Amino acid sequence: MPQEVGKQYSALLQKYIQHEDETDLYAAQQVSRKFIEKKISPEEVISLHKTSVEEIFPELAVKIGPSYDFLIEVMIHYGLALMEHQSLIRKQEAMQIEMDVAVKVQDMLLETSIPKVEGLDIGLVSKPAKKMSGDYVYFIEQKDGEACVAVADVMGKGLPAALCMSMIKFGMDSLRSSATEPQHVLQVINQIVEKSMDDSMFISMFYGKFDKKTCEFTYGSAGHEPALLYRADEDRFIELDAKGLLLGIRKDVDFQQKSVEMSSGDFIVMLTDGVTEGRNAEGFIEEEVILDMLRTMKDRPAQQIVDHLYTELFKMQNYMLHDDFTLVLFKKE
Amino acid sequence: MNLQVDVEQNDCVHVFKIIGEIDAFTAPTLKEQLEKVADQPECQAVLDFSQVNYMDSTGLGVFVAFYKKVKAVDGSVKIVGVNKRLKRLFEITGLDDIVEIEMESGDSNGTV
Repeated sequence: MPQEVGKQYSALLQKYIQHEDETDLYAAQQVSRKFIEKKISPEEVISLHKTSVEEIFPELAVKIGPSYDFLIEVMIHYGLALMEHQSLIRKQEAMQIEMDVAVKVQDMLLETSIPKVEGLDIGLVSKPAKKMSGDYVYFIEQKDGEACVAVADVMGKGLPAALCMSMIKFGMDSLRSSATEPQHVLQVINQIVEKSMDDSMFISMFYGKFDKKTCEFTYGSAGHEPALLYRADEDRFIELDAKGLLLGIRKDVDFQQKSVEMSSGDFIVMLTDGVTEGRNAEGFIEEEVILDMLRTMKDRPAQQIVDHLYTELFKMQNYMLHDDFTLVLFKKE
Repeated sequence: MNLQVDVEQNDCVHVFKIIGEIDAFTAPTLKEQLEKVADQPECQAVLDFSQVNYMDSTGLGVFVAFYKKVKAVDGSVKIVGVNKRLKRLFEITGLDDIVEIEMESGDSNGTV
């Protein structure tokens, strides 16, 4: 410890004990600032105080000396705990800043607007469980009456997750005029993502496009929850699964591509696992429950169907989402 | 909910017996255990899921990271004892095409 500060403290203490003058208390505050500047810990200050007392009252110090040793010991642990606490607060602040940036990126950069394609009614609900969503939806509308959509679930949080979403967006945007076949889009995005992602991150993504001219819905999946097709004339649901590995795991992946023709009243529901893995006190919400809700709403506009499903499932989970919740519905008018 | 991971080594194979639910809270425990062996040259690992009835995407993330690390050192990962729900998860994600998976009853489901 710098001796100069030590001497100053000792002199000041002696003066105060003699006169009990307030100006000395003010001077003591100045000294404490110097302690902080010179990084003198609280237990070192007590040790300094002990030495000063020993000098001023040698007889008394023999008696009360050990009490200072006791206090020094207490302060060492107190100081450590305080340091740990402060470092946690600093970390938390840093995370908060990152999260705020990520939310901004998500809100501004990743905006999307619902395509307006004749004969197709589109509904969308996407709700984050916490401040930032790991779900991502991006639409593209082509001039010739094509509506493309990507529904993705990004594993991971904060800025890295938001950046992954931007890769999906820019991948899709760069392909918009050339090739929009699901197989090709998924391959290209996989290659972008695979190069740039951390080991523990991955993305599941469903990609589909509706063509107004043929009324065909063509789709592919990269490890994503299958979409559901409601056949109005048969009153039944069909799972639209297509084989394909999650994005970002391997460089070369084959994605299966399939297509179905949509007739009037048919609708396709694309979702994330926040919808299918909803939990209440009794356990998982059964798929049948979701299908029944869709069936009762089948004659309503697309947006009303998804809004209803969200409200009901949210209610069933006691108004608490465990996971991000995303539903996109394409309905053939 | 707690997660317990018992590790056994049979010859050169590390067997991880996982007991409990794997979610955002418990996944770090599994990650810590797996990372101990992940970068050993030609690491061979078997993950026993027979006492796991639920795994969420955080758990899947831990598994994917482990798979990538093991592949990088020319090792192998095998999964055994998955229930129907978990099997569906591995099928949907396409992971069943790159990892050998055995169901609870012991029927094999293709290899790498």
